[in-house]
Amino acid sequence: MLLRHTSSEVVERSALTINPAKTCQPIGAMYAALGVHNCLPHSHGSQGCCAYHRSALTRHYREPVMAGTSSFTEGTSVFGGQANLLQAIETMFDVYGPEVIAVHTTCLSETIGDDMVQIIGKAMSEGKVPEGKHVIHANTPSYVGSHVTGFANMTKALVHYFAEPSAEEKKQINILPGWVEPSDMREIKCLAHRMGVKVVMFPDTSDVLDAPQTGTHQFYPKGGATVEQIRSAGASISTLGLGLSASTRAADALEEKCEVSREMLELPIGLQATDRFIEAVRTIAGVKVPDIITDERGRLLDMIADMHQYVYGKRVALFGDPDQLVSLAEFLVCLDMQPVYIVTGTPSTRFEKRIRSVLDSSVPSAKVRKGAQADTYLLHQWIKQEPVDLLIGNTYGKYIARDENIPFVRHGFPILDRVGHSYFPTVGYRGAMRLLENILGVLMDRQDREAPEESFELVM
Amino acid sequence: MTNDPRAIKDELVQLYPKRVARKRAEQIVVTERQTDGSVPEIKSNVRTSPGIITQRGCTYAGCKGVVIGPSRDILSITHGPIGCGFYSWLTRRNQTRPPLPTDDNFITYCLSTDMTEEQIVFGGEKKLKAAIKEAYELFHPKAIAVFSTCPVGLIGDDVHAVARQMKEDLGINVFGFSCEGYRGVSQSAGHHIANNALFKNVIGLDDTATPEKFKINLLGEYNIGGDGFVIEELLARCGIKLVATFSGNSNYGSLAHSHTADLNAVMCHRSINYVAEMMEKKFGIPWLKVNFIGAEGSAKSLRKIGQYFDDPELTANIERVIAEEMPGVDAVREQVKARCQGKTAMLFVGGSRAHHYQVLFNEMGMVTVAAGYEFGHRDDYEGRKVLPTVKVDADSRNIEELEVERDETRYRARKSDGEKAQLAAINDLEFMDYKGMMPEMEDDRLVIDDISHHETERLLELYKPAIFCAGIKEKYAVQKMGIPCKQLHSYDYGGPYAGFKGAINFYREVDRMVNMKVWFFVKAPWQQPAPHPEQPQAAAD
Repeated sequence: MLLRHTSSEVVERSALTINPAKTCQPIGAMYAALGVHNCLPHSHGSQGCCAYHRSALTRHYREPVMAGTSSFTEGTSVFGGQANLLQAIETMFDVYGPEVIAVHTTCLSETIGDDMVQIIGKAMSEGKVPEGKHVIHANTPSYVGSHVTGFANMTKALVHYFAEPSAEEKKQINILPGWVEPSDMREIKCLAHRMGVKVVMFPDTSDVLDAPQTGTHQFYPKGGATVEQIRSAGASISTLGLGLSASTRAADALEEKCEVSREMLELPIGLQATDRFIEAVRTIAGVKVPDIITDERGRLLDMIADMHQYVYGKRVALFGDPDQLVSLAEFLVCLDMQPVYIVTGTPSTRFEKRIRSVLDSSVPSAKVRKGAQADTYLLHQWIKQEPVDLLIGNTYGKYIARDENIPFVRHGFPILDRVGHSYFPTVGYRGAMRLLENILGVLMDRQDREAPEESFELVM
Repeated sequence: MTNDPRAIKDELVQLYPKRVARKRAEQIVVTERQTDGSVPEIKSNVRTSPGIITQRGCTYAGCKGVVIGPSRDILSITHGPIGCGFYSWLTRRNQTRPPLPTDDNFITYCLSTDMTEEQIVFGGEKKLKAAIKEAYELFHPKAIAVFSTCPVGLIGDDVHAVARQMKEDLGINVFGFSCEGYRGVSQSAGHHIANNALFKNVIGLDDTATPEKFKINLLGEYNIGGDGFVIEELLARCGIKLVATFSGNSNYGSLAHSHTADLNAVMCHRSINYVAEMMEKKFGIPWLKVNFIGAEGSAKSLRKIGQYFDDPELTANIERVIAEEMPGVDAVREQVKARCQGKTAMLFVGGSRAHHYQVLFNEMGMVTVAAGYEFGHRDDYEGRKVLPTVKVDADSRNIEELEVERDETRYRARKSDGEKAQLAAINDLEFMDYKGMMPEMEDDRLVIDDISHHETERLLELYKPAIFCAGIKEKYAVQKMGIPCKQLHSYDYGGPYAGFKGAINFYREVDRMVNMKVWFFVKAPWQQPAPHPEQPQAAAD
């Protein structure tokens, strides 16, 4: 057994987190910054933070993830990180020529109290920031929130630094996609495009973290929201924020700074959440939903109807990030499955209410936990008490899945051992079909693997 | 393109701000062996210039991730915000094989105090104590190790005091590491800190000795991809008893009585030489530099151990094992040589691998045109003979140098002074010595310490090597340029590459990578014809 020390008896812990269902803020900020065109993320802290974040993102996307670090030493920690950051800014502009350097802080620089506004101001007054180039920042102390918070903070920083209020309205809507895959961002843009709606999306990691093999390494790939686009977000008709945990801060900031009204939606994962997303775009932009989208929806429904018997009533355990979990749970309920255990390490205040609202009528007894000590160790213990038929979560779930012999669908961050997530979306109707295909695949593979010979089925 | 490595060196640093360029220039040298065997000096183990895009990690990574992490039954708790524990959770592929299903194995667990703002403001010692207690009650380990992350040192938590108290309260071994990420200039500081704590808190706790004749420890082998398993098996076949490995596939008990061995065989000099030195001083156990990477390297290393023990039966066993292994190795080597001979490689990795893996490439007839360490010191490049001249700067001075004295009751000189002198006189033996990477490299190769991303890209453009060896952060940027990148930290989830079996695996893997068809299809039929990736344009030859 790989997790041989995990027992079914739950003892409440107050201090120890075991096998977490979250990681720290800065990696989310780095991911968000990669969704800006010509942007070089920069980690203001020890080298290890940057190395760890680049490694984790690279393993997940199998793509280059470039970022600088302030390389703190003991002296830096005593005297402050200003000199290091100034030198980093100078070197990065000289050598790597970004349009934007997006600095995020770490637990180290936050604890010693480095003032980012002051240091960036100094860099500018000393002429270290070339004309027309930008240094922006987000405060992302690792000891607050989670990686999702870091993503939310950097997205908000993009608004703070770039979005400009405008008296003239542009016929476009803003979409804040939340922390989803490049494939998902591409799909969201595609849906809007098919509806004839012009969108400004940021961050946008499509064509950045799913870049093609061309024989050359484009240090700044062609994707990413441009500064110009983000600037123009202040002139859009409205903002659609997807994922309450990841996108609310930026949507609020945009409303406050540029008076762009905002509507918040859960991530468009699954049938109903996608319905709401399409409806929102339709109403805000005043367009018609083209048949091609309605047909796609129909195909998803057809697939559900055809295969319902294999998913009906199945008990599911889920772990991951609040935004994904709420929409996934809703989709599972819509399939008449039972998401019975749900865990996120992200300490989101609204999470419990959001998840209960999608579960209540169907799975009132579901166990839900968030924040401190809401980890996959606890989830595993629940599973040991009463098993589930399916586990959905990031790659770390494979240890539980193997020990307990549970069919396992990888979803969320990080996925370190399979490909597909960066290429094939799980948002939208097509995304829901892929999700369902994956769920059916693991459930039916298990049936095939374990059925007695006499009931091994040719047609299923 | 110029073939002059000196011109290429100038080219590499051209874009940097002046101060940075000057510093980088001192960390790049062109190899040149003098008749007395000396090599040029290289600046290393110095601070990275912020913003160059380094591949280096931090002290915590070197301590928890590299040295202590691979040991399966020391329960590791990361004291800090959640990230550090999360990123070091199972990501280094340290394989371990507990003999029984009931044996402790904590490798799959990530334990953290998940520090929040409250602890940053009011201190984290209370939470740490509670966490240790909870961990003890759930896991009942023999030992608990506590690792400090950046904020811990800043807010003044005394992890050592907490560890001492919990040791007393729980009656098991509890020890702490001041391995805050900022402590040193790279992972290397963490290795040193880990070595010190192992020496202070674990090594020598259990005097139970076993009766075998040839007992050794393997130092600096972390069993990535099962390398350690291969070496364990080889040693067993030769009749050599492996008391402990630091720290691949190890357990607490083996480390605690590792001082009963008669020789320390050192694989990764950088990460573990401190333990070797201290064990010699305190217990009288000499050490030898070995390298089980490469078939020739493995044969040589086994023979070194044989020479040390100087026993006819052991020597015969070793020769028998080498003779059994070599035909299989040779057969595969000849096959791949036909396709790989003359191709070029670059290695920028670690603190020993950039040296060790050159042996494998040599065996395949491939040429290493450039190499460097991520966190090596001058002795890893130039050999230990430069140690007396290495300047100790502020970043190294803040890592404790343990005062080690001879243990009067347990010190046992395994070799007399005369015997030691004799062993030291054997040139190739590297008895209590490591000769470093550069003396083994041809002249006019580039050696680059702490290579930046920018330098990497320029090198690749200028040399177009057949293969580049590095880590996950470099991998896909290199491959986007149409050059295969072999990860030598994680082995791309393959391996083992140690020993004779590992050499065969590596030959096949490199053959696969440098000859894979996909690189021929990079351009679509309607685009420019593909540049032929097979033509090495290295400075070499």
